[in-house]
Amino acid sequence: MAAIGSKTSDEVSPTAVSSSNSITLRISKFNPKNDSSSKFVEFKVPVQKWTTVLDTILAVKQHLDPSIAVRYSCRQASCGSCGMKINGKPALACYTKISELNSNIVTVEPMNNFPILRDLAVDMTQMFSTHKKLKPYIIRDDSEVTNDTKEFLQTPKEVEDYLQFSYCIKCGLCNSACPTMATDSSFMGPQALTQAYRYVADNRDKGEKERLKIIDSSHGVWRCHFAGSCSKVCPKGVDPAMGIQLLRGYLLGFRK
Amino acid sequence: MSKMRESLIMKVHYGTALGAVALVAIHILFRMTQDFSASLQYQSVIANYHFLPYALMLEVVLILLSVHGFNGLRVILLELKQGIGYERAVNYGCLGAMTALIVYGSRTILMAGVGMT
Amino acid sequence: MERQSNREGIKGMMNPTRYGIERFAYWLQRLTGLGLLFYLIGHIIETSAIVEGKAAWDKMLELTQTTEGHIILILVIGMSVFHTVNGIRVMLGHGGIGVGKPGRPDYPYRPASLNYKQRLCIWVSIALAALAMMYGAGILFGE
Repeated sequence: MAAIGSKTSDEVSPTAVSSSNSITLRISKFNPKNDSSSKFVEFKVPVQKWTTVLDTILAVKQHLDPSIAVRYSCRQASCGSCGMKINGKPALACYTKISELNSNIVTVEPMNNFPILRDLAVDMTQMFSTHKKLKPYIIRDDSEVTNDTKEFLQTPKEVEDYLQFSYCIKCGLCNSACPTMATDSSFMGPQALTQAYRYVADNRDKGEKERLKIIDSSHGVWRCHFAGSCSKVCPKGVDPAMGIQLLRGYLLGFRK
Repeated sequence: MSKMRESLIMKVHYGTALGAVALVAIHILFRMTQDFSASLQYQSVIANYHFLPYALMLEVVLILLSVHGFNGLRVILLELKQGIGYERAVNYGCLGAMTALIVYGSRTILMAGVGMT
Repeated sequence: MERQSNREGIKGMMNPTRYGIERFAYWLQRLTGLGLLFYLIGHIIETSAIVEGKAAWDKMLELTQTTEGHIILILVIGMSVFHTVNGIRVMLGHGGIGVGKPGRPDYPYRPASLNYKQRLCIWVSIALAALAMMYGAGILFGE
């Protein structure tokens, strides 16, 4: 493996390197137990055309600084663990190739709007608890598994009405990009609101009234202003902005 | 206001927006029936206030824009900071400011309209 | 364990870059909304001079019918037009109109809600605001 090196941000900034072989990876490091603020540490990392940001972080972890805290698992944009800010924009590290960033300097920071646990790992507790509040399950009195009932039928069209919103991997990138989440700590967030729509739009679900009551609050669906940043960063094509606007239609009387 | 559902408040926000667009367009078109400087002269403005339909229209525009504007400000302020005390202060503060502006503007329309200048 | 909340704060909310024209339109809608509210308050106060009589009204005109006053009015014209046209786009979006239809997402996962119609409406808002400002400037400075 080609040599890789490191320096802290208060040392001399990196010299120009061959753009096709290596990049400078700046990682935000912060340990709440010891540090008062975060600092950037720089590492020179060799790359190839298919190298992802996650590959570079793991290379640094393996050879230079094993203390870097980072979450990852599937490495294929399925689990949603490796969400972080890459060159200022929330993205999945495993899904972002170095080559598509068009920069020799790659800066990785923890996602905004989530408390930092350490370095690149953030606390997702609030997102999950808000998600649970919106009752992310089919609500109905009967069930498919009781006697004398068959499976609940859905036409392909009925499945398409909510399918894309079910692709959510709970990565939190949408919440990180949302301008309302930047200041409003009580806002439910695009992830939870979209999941509310996912179930409201599902024809098997009978819990529409309950969910609409929850979102019809001063920090619910009405604090979304269709900035669209959530959809811009979603890696799975969920399009939370569309889900939220369609959800609003129920409260405005456009949809029943 | 704290008892009003947010969906109702937002329906009012959209309704006042649409109403204000139509009436402000009429307000501006009225100004354009004359040369701009001439339309701002004292006698011309007083004559407008004495024309009852126009004065009523101004009153409606005042109410629509005050409601829409201060509700927008309320939304922005609610997003900036949270907490029961703060939110209550923002809600009632915006309601108070909205009322004050409507009362002050209505005073002008009424006094100018009945000739109490 | 102490944790920073790590929210971007007002800086993040007011940053119109990074996420495309839709985020810029959101930022401008907020800015113009606040600007128009302050103008409304000023306008109500300035027009209340009519009840003080002709002398007070003429004094008010002296203050407002200046180059600076005209520039402010031109900005207000631009803000009104943008806020109105973009506001109509946003209202229609809130009702689910123009945000696309749900379907099966396929790579490269382009969001249907951020479609060409939305971008076109935003550019139209900006263009109409610019045209209105030019027309207003023509009237105000043309005399």
